[in-house]
Amino acid sequence: MSYAIKLDIFEGPLDLLLYLIKKNEVDIYNIPIAIITEQYLNHMEIMRSMNLDLAGEYLVLAATLLNIKSKMLLPPEEKEEGEEEQPDPRAELVRQLLEYQTFKEAAFNLGQRTLLERDVFKRGIVPEVKTEPEEELIEVDLFQLVEAFREIVSGLKDEDLMEIDTEKMSLSDRIHEIMERLSVEKSMHFRDLLADVHDRRMIIYTLLAILELMKMRIVKAYQTHAFGPIRIFLAVEE
Amino acid sequence: MEDLRSIVEALIFASEAPLSLDKIVDIIGMTDREAIVDILKALEEEYANRNGGFHLSEVAGGYQFRTRADMASWLRKLKGIKPPGLSQAALETLAVVAYRQPVTRQEIEKVRGVDVSGALRGLLEKKLLRMLGRKNVPGKPIIYGTTKRFLEVFNLKDLAELPTLREFQELQE
Repeated sequence: MSYAIKLDIFEGPLDLLLYLIKKNEVDIYNIPIAIITEQYLNHMEIMRSMNLDLAGEYLVLAATLLNIKSKMLLPPEEKEEGEEEQPDPRAELVRQLLEYQTFKEAAFNLGQRTLLERDVFKRGIVPEVKTEPEEELIEVDLFQLVEAFREIVSGLKDEDLMEIDTEKMSLSDRIHEIMERLSVEKSMHFRDLLADVHDRRMIIYTLLAILELMKMRIVKAYQTHAFGPIRIFLAVEE
Repeated sequence: MEDLRSIVEALIFASEAPLSLDKIVDIIGMTDREAIVDILKALEEEYANRNGGFHLSEVAGGYQFRTRADMASWLRKLKGIKPPGLSQAALETLAVVAYRQPVTRQEIEKVRGVDVSGALRGLLEKKLLRMLGRKNVPGKPIIYGTTKRFLEVFNLKDLAELPTLREFQELQE
């Protein structure tokens, strides 16, 4: 095999495939599947041997390519009267490639724009200084949060939990409420969040809301020492 | 007239975010929008003609004073900050959202062919994207859209100012 291999990290399998098509100067609408598949697999092999983290998506596309290749090796099925012609097995892949290429262009175009704080500046923005809280904080993990949650629930009187709230409240409502409180107060105790909540469903929604927000890295949970009170912070300052 | 012009100029000068025409009209309490539009045009022209270190630009549905692009290297020294790093992955994700919004993570991944959760998280943190709600399909996936901040950062008056996708398609042919 005597072709140079580009080892830049590709944005993904589609990016690699587009690169191969361009490099071989072949028509995207008429991809020579056998050649391209072979080169694709070779690239994967090299990336793997360099210990580059190969995402599963690369394997999925490899499988797709092999599947198309095998379909194209089969003689076309004999057509019966009035039957439509077999679609090109490459059609879906071509559509995907063209779509990705379009967005790649669009992304390039975005990057070329006059960007604020890169090319142009507005008045008086202070560079973001991370103000570390004075006390050292330990980031709270899921288990500690669930433990705190259990503690709060177990501290409730049984009759508190009997209440049936007919008012419909959704998880996203609760997320919005918490975000509103946080944007005013900047940080608050996990316990305070549940202070005025006695409805079981509401308690669960509160926990789920916090977990969801943590997962999306919108809030962070910290405590000053093990088993200490947990505080919820906005992960990004306004 | 001259007075009004100074007021408009002062408002824009002191405003944190791009100041919209509506807001200006609201503050001045004048219903004659056309007069304000004329003043804005005149101011824009005045700063452009002056050809100084900054100018008035229309961005993100409002008006804002911005430095000239060829001053960038000096301003970076002043601010002592590195330009905001937007990776290729971030730009591609941003492009898909900008053109396809409202859009779910799965829909973005279908276009890019890779996992985009990391890129999405970064863009949310930078406030270039926001969650619009949830799509009413099984699993209720979160839907994303661009923010005003996106327009401000990418120097766009509005989303319609983006070139159409068709223009990029034609480029390929």
